[in-house]
This record gives sequence, C-alpha cells and structure tokens, in this order.
Amino acid sequence: MTAELGHFALILALFMSILQSTVPLVGAQRRHCSWIALAQPTAILQFLLVALAFGCLVHVYLISDFSVVNVVSNSHTDKPLIYKISGVWGNHEGSLLLWVLILSMFGAAVAVFGGNLPPTLKARVLAVQAMVAVGFYLFMLFTSNPFERIFPPPLNGQGLNPLLQDPGLAFHPPMLYLGYVGFSMAFSFAIAALIEGRVDAAWARWVRPWTLAAWCFLTAGIALGSWWAYYELGWGGWWFWDPVENASFMPWLAGTALLHSATVAEKRDTLKGWTVLLAIITFSLSLLGTFLVRSGVLTSVHAFATDPTRGVFILVLLIIVIGGSLALYAWRGPQLTSTGLFQPVSREGALLFNNLVMTTAAAAVLLGTLYPLLLDALGGGKVSVGAPFFNAVFIPLMIPMIVAMAIGPFLHWKRSDVTPALLRLRLAFGAALLTGLLAFIAHQDGPVLGAIALALGVWLALGAVTELASRIRLFQIPLGDALRRVTRLPRASWGMTLGHLGLAVSIIGMAGAGAWTVESIQVMKPGDRVMISGYEFTFDGAKDSTGPNYSVVAGNFTVRRNGEHVTNLAAEKRIYAVSKQPTTEAAIHTTLAGDLYAVIGDPEGANGAYVTRLYFNPLVVWMWIGTLIMVFGGAISLTDRRHRVGAPKRSRADAAVQGA
Amino acid sequence: MNRRVFFLIPLVVFLILTGYFAVGLTKDPKRLPSMLEGKPVPDFDLKPIKGRDNKGFASTDLKGSVALVNIFGSWCVACRAEHPFLMDLKESGAVTIHGIDWREEDPDAGAAWLKKHGDPYALVGDDPKSRAAIAFGVTGAPETFLVDAKGVIRHKIVGPLDKKIWENTVKPMIERLRKVGAS
Repeated sequence: MTAELGHFALILALFMSILQSTVPLVGAQRRHCSWIALAQPTAILQFLLVALAFGCLVHVYLISDFSVVNVVSNSHTDKPLIYKISGVWGNHEGSLLLWVLILSMFGAAVAVFGGNLPPTLKARVLAVQAMVAVGFYLFMLFTSNPFERIFPPPLNGQGLNPLLQDPGLAFHPPMLYLGYVGFSMAFSFAIAALIEGRVDAAWARWVRPWTLAAWCFLTAGIALGSWWAYYELGWGGWWFWDPVENASFMPWLAGTALLHSATVAEKRDTLKGWTVLLAIITFSLSLLGTFLVRSGVLTSVHAFATDPTRGVFILVLLIIVIGGSLALYAWRGPQLTSTGLFQPVSREGALLFNNLVMTTAAAAVLLGTLYPLLLDALGGGKVSVGAPFFNAVFIPLMIPMIVAMAIGPFLHWKRSDVTPALLRLRLAFGAALLTGLLAFIAHQDGPVLGAIALALGVWLALGAVTELASRIRLFQIPLGDALRRVTRLPRASWGMTLGHLGLAVSIIGMAGAGAWTVESIQVMKPGDRVMISGYEFTFDGAKDSTGPNYSVVAGNFTVRRNGEHVTNLAAEKRIYAVSKQPTTEAAIHTTLAGDLYAVIGDPEGANGAYVTRLYFNPLVVWMWIGTLIMVFGGAISLTDRRHRVGAPKRSRADAAVQGA
Repeated sequence: MNRRVFFLIPLVVFLILTGYFAVGLTKDPKRLPSMLEGKPVPDFDLKPIKGRDNKGFASTDLKGSVALVNIFGSWCVACRAEHPFLMDLKESGAVTIHGIDWREEDPDAGAAWLKKHGDPYALVGDDPKSRAAIAFGVTGAPETFLVDAKGVIRHKIVGPLDKKIWENTVKPMIERLRKVGAS
C-alpha cells in the first residue's frame, strides 16, 4: 500500500511540475499576473509530493517490504538501521528519487524565500527548474520506478554491496547530490536570464549564494568520497581518476570557475556571457555526473546493453537539456552586453585567467573520461585512460594557476600593476623557495614534483595570509586598529581568504601523500617486526570474531618508535554474510606529520602468518583539513550580509563596487 | 556577426560530442570482452559435495558437448530466485548444466538445498575455498558460463539467468555452436 501511495505521489508530482514549467513561463511572457503567481504554489506542492514519495520509499526499506523489487535487490533484514536508510539512495532508482527531492527542495526554497526577486524572473526560474524535474519524473516513471512490486516476494533481500555499508559512504551521495543539484539553481537563473535577455548585478547577486552553497556541498562530498576510498579500499590511495570520481570533479572545476566569474558579473558588470555559459556547463556536467555515478550507463557499455531503454532515455534527456540550453545561449547570448571594460592585468583579468584554466582542466578531465567511449565509436577498440594521462594534463595546468592564485587578490579592478603585488609577496616567495629546496634535499630519491607541490602550497598559504595582513594593514597602523579592522572585514572576503588557504593546505597534504608515501608488503608471523619511516610495527597475530552482519578477521599490530609505544592498530578483513564479499578495514593512526596505515590480507601457511601491507602516508590528513577549511570559508561567505539583504538596484551596485 | 559565431561554439562542440556518444552507445554491446571469453576453461578438479553422489566435477568433464557451468550456493538469495528456471531448463533438455557449489560453510548445506529445491545439475563440484571460482573470475553468485564442446568459454552471464536472457542470448549462441560443431 505504501509503495502504491509513493508511486501515486510521484505521478502527481510529474503533473505538478508540468504545470509549473508551462503556465508561469507563458504568464511571464504575456504579463498575466495570476499565471505568474502559479509558480509559487506549484513549486511548493511539487516538493511536498516528492517528499511524500521519498518518505514512502524510506518506509518500505525500514519495514523490509520484500514485495518491492528495489528493497529486495538492495536490502536485507540483517542490515543495521542506518544502512537500511542509506540503502534507499544506494541504488539507481532510489538515488534518482533523492535527486528530484533535492531539486524540488531548491525550487521550493526559491518560491518561499525569493520574495525580493522580480516576479517575472522568479516565475521563469521556477519554470526552468520544473522542466528539468519533468525530465527526471518521466525517466523514473517509465524506466526506473523505485516502487515496482515483485510477485511472489522472496523471503529475504540480496543485501547492499558491503563496500557501501560504511558511514562515510552513507552520507557521500546526499552530499554530492546537494552539490550537483544545487548547480541547477545557477542553471535555472542562467536560462531565465537568457529568456529575459538581461543579466545585471541583481541577477549575479542572486546566483552567487546558490552556487556557493552547491560548491560547499560538492567540495564536502568529494572530500568524503576520497576519505572513504582512503580508509576502505585498503591501499592508501585517495584519488584514482576513475570515471566516478571524475564525474564529481568536473562540475567542481566548472563550478569554481562559475563562482569567480559571477563575482565579476556582480561587481563589474562584465563577463556576463561567460558567466551564463559557465552556469550551463556546470549543471550539464552535474547531469552527466549523476548518470555516470549512479546508472553506470556511460562508464560501462555492459550496463547499457542490459537495459537500452534507460540509455536512450538518458541520451535524449541530456541532448534536450544541454543542447537546448546551448542553442538558447547561441540565440540570445549575444544580447547580453557588458559595460565594464578592463585591462589584461587587473582583478578581472586574473579571474578570467582562473576561469580559462578551470574550464580547460574540466575539459581535459572530460576528454580523459569519455575518450574510451569516443575511441570505441571510431572503431579504435577498448582502452582505459588512467592516472598517467590525467597527471600529465592536469598538473601542468594547475602549477601556473596556483602561482597566479596568490597574486590575483592583490590586483585592483579595471587595471593594475603586478610589481607591487610581487613585492608584497617576497616573503611568501622566499619561504616557498626554501621549503621546496629543503624538501628536495630531504627526499632526493623521491619525485621532484613533490618538492614543487609543497613549495606551491606554502606560496599560496602565505600569499593568502599576506593578503589578509595587507587588507587589515597589519604593521602599517597600530596593532589594535589592525585587529579592529579584522572584525569589520566583509565575510565574503574571509570566504576568499579561507578558500585559498584551504586549497593551499590541501595541496601540502597531496604533495606529502602523493610523493613520499612509504609502502611495505610482506608475510608476517606473530612476533615479526617491520621498520617503516622510523616506526617499528610488530605483528601480534590475528583473531576471528563476528559483527552484526559479517564475520571478521582482525590483525593486531603494536607500533613503537625508538622503543616507545606509539599505538596499537587493529586492521580488519570483513566477510559479509549475504554476499560473501570481503572488504578491508584499514587500521589508521593519524598524526599531523603523517598516517600509520595497516592492512591485513590472506593467511599464509598454518602458523598464523598473514600477508600484511603497512604504509606511512606523510601529511595526508592535511588534505582533508584543507577541504574543511574551504567548506568553512564558503559557509562564512554565505552568511555575508549582502546575500541576505535584497539585491540592490543598478546604481547602488555601483556604489558597492567603489566601497569594495 | 563575429560575436554571434562566438556564442555558437559551445553548441557546435556539444553536437559533435553527442554524435560520438550516439555512435559509441550503438556499438554492439555484446562484444564487451570478458577476460575469459574465447579462452579454455581454467583447470580445476573439484570434489563431490557431501550427500549427493561421488562423481565431483573437473575441467576435463567439459570436453565433448556444449554445457552451462553455474556458480551457486545455498546461502545465495539470488540463486534461489534463479533456481526454478534452471529446473525448467533441465526438464526441457536443452542443454547440460553443471554446478559449482561455492563457499559453503556447512558441508551438508549444498546437498540439502538441492534436495529441497530440486537438482538441475549433471555434475556438481564442491568449492568451499573458492579455488575454481577465483580461476573463473567470479565476482558474485549466481554466475553462469557457456562452454563449448572444446572446453572453451563462450559467454558469461552475471546474475540470475532467466527466460529473457536465455531466449535472446544463450539459446541462439548454443544453436550456433552446435551447428559449427556438427559441420
């Protein structure tokens, strides 16, 4: 019964979104007030209906209703409660439902909080938002219905993939989706602006917080994903350039560019066409990401073969949404005129440079991800593109970008000079050079890139701090006055400083973990010792036990340094009862200098010996600390007063620019 | 005029990409190479499961006629779902089915399960330690391999084999293999 209720709510939501996507749009064109006004109630109702459908799906999971196919294939009565809930979005159908839930939630948020938006713009934004939703509802109802029944119902379910039974991954998809779908707001605003033929500071001011919020969620989601890969996959890696990761990274790159471009559009009334294009691209990549991650249609031709209807539907949906919006852009885009002029060396120029590098990087990642598919289309056979390609393309793009990233914030709007900025950064430059040299000398056998990356991290971190210091005029005016200036800095500028600083910290972590990880694989009998980076690991043997729905082998290690006890590590290997699939749970001891990381493999012989893998991953924790700082910076920036007060009229926007 | 062209570029790039996509997705997906397709079955020699018969199952049993090798286990829910179809297949006499009883914790469980739900297999080998399963590259149960008369793996079905897959894929392949074998 619950399943039918959910199904019915989903059908009603489809009709609601059809209404929402047509009537207000026509109303905005013909200036019918009552038609325009329909956007608000339909958006809210649509959200409530999807929320009901989602609630129904959660309910059938909680009561383990095995007459629903979706529950059978993804759940099991033995599963702990949290994974029964996360099982809802741990599959294709359920994740699509979560997707539209978030989409309609954002729509409802605009309907409720968008009181100070011009009514026609609001109606158009909500209509575009609903058009995307229509596509998704049709897709779900025709090809991926989460409420489909099975008869006769089996006694128990098939369980959730054990790799996904992990707290990190339970919350990873919702985070990513909040990010992906958050970019739909920027997209809807961009399309609405193209229909209106107008992009102004008020528009940009509305787009920015939505983009920023989406960006924060996506950053957190990506970090969560890489953290999960780090401790769950059990070989100390944290980024593999696989299609699923790339799918979330591409919208991040484009979204970062959008964030910077929207700032220029808001403050300087220029780069408008570019900002609108980036909004379209970012959301398009998010759509692609959704399908890459969940349906597997684009990663594996095999999945496409088992269900061609889905694949064709997705392709058609992508063509309509992306192709349609790009066609609209080609038609209406030229009407977006910019008034702000600027020299190549200026704040605008620096932000444009950031945009170009970020989009090029996103394009490179897209190429690498789709290349196997493209090559197959040309009859070139099956290949896979791995880390060597991505590193070779991505790293050379990022080096000049990070060099410029420390300088950019010192430049003035319109026209500027690099020399004063460089003079202020001499301290940062010296420190970066020194760090790089020291790292190079200390690790002569390691890759040079590690030293370069470490130096870049220090350069960017000190650059961000120097910029903050010069903003509050530290050491130029009395200390008390300078500190008073700190408290008065706009929160948006804190956002920038923390965002850049966070990236710098992450780069330092990546440099350490990427370049100087020490690995040791061996067979160890109880009592055997292995030395790694000054730490002595003693294997104390392995014990069997059972968890809620798995059996487990735990290998114990004692770690000492210079004879002193540091920690005990218990590395687990779990075998899940339902699927018999083994997973590794690495034992990790985190310190700021680096992680001690132990994994236990298969038994070897009868004397209690096991294959073990031990790692020392220097500085790796800083990578995630850095992403936390970035997300925190984004959140601070979101609380900026300017986002809360209504978007000012054109003249007041100019005044704000003078003040900034 | 120039300005308009500039705004057209994204659309053109997208259309070119879409063209590639469309072609890429219409490529015959059945040709997705499985590591073992076209290769002889790996060598294995499994003991019989307790309480069924005492024949066991070895790679040499696969020479001489087309057969299916089905990986199952009494613990596997999806195998239970697949089972009635395998019974139908046996009744119809369309093809010989051999079974590999995978990762049984209780040595009696496999035979008891077959007694309860029916036994579609000609030969069954016991594989509690995944020796054969690993050699076959099995990622989960059930999986089914189509092996030709020379003992070469021709196709692999991941997940439950059902009427649809049988009619659309496996049956035509078997007919083709038999024709080639006869001529």
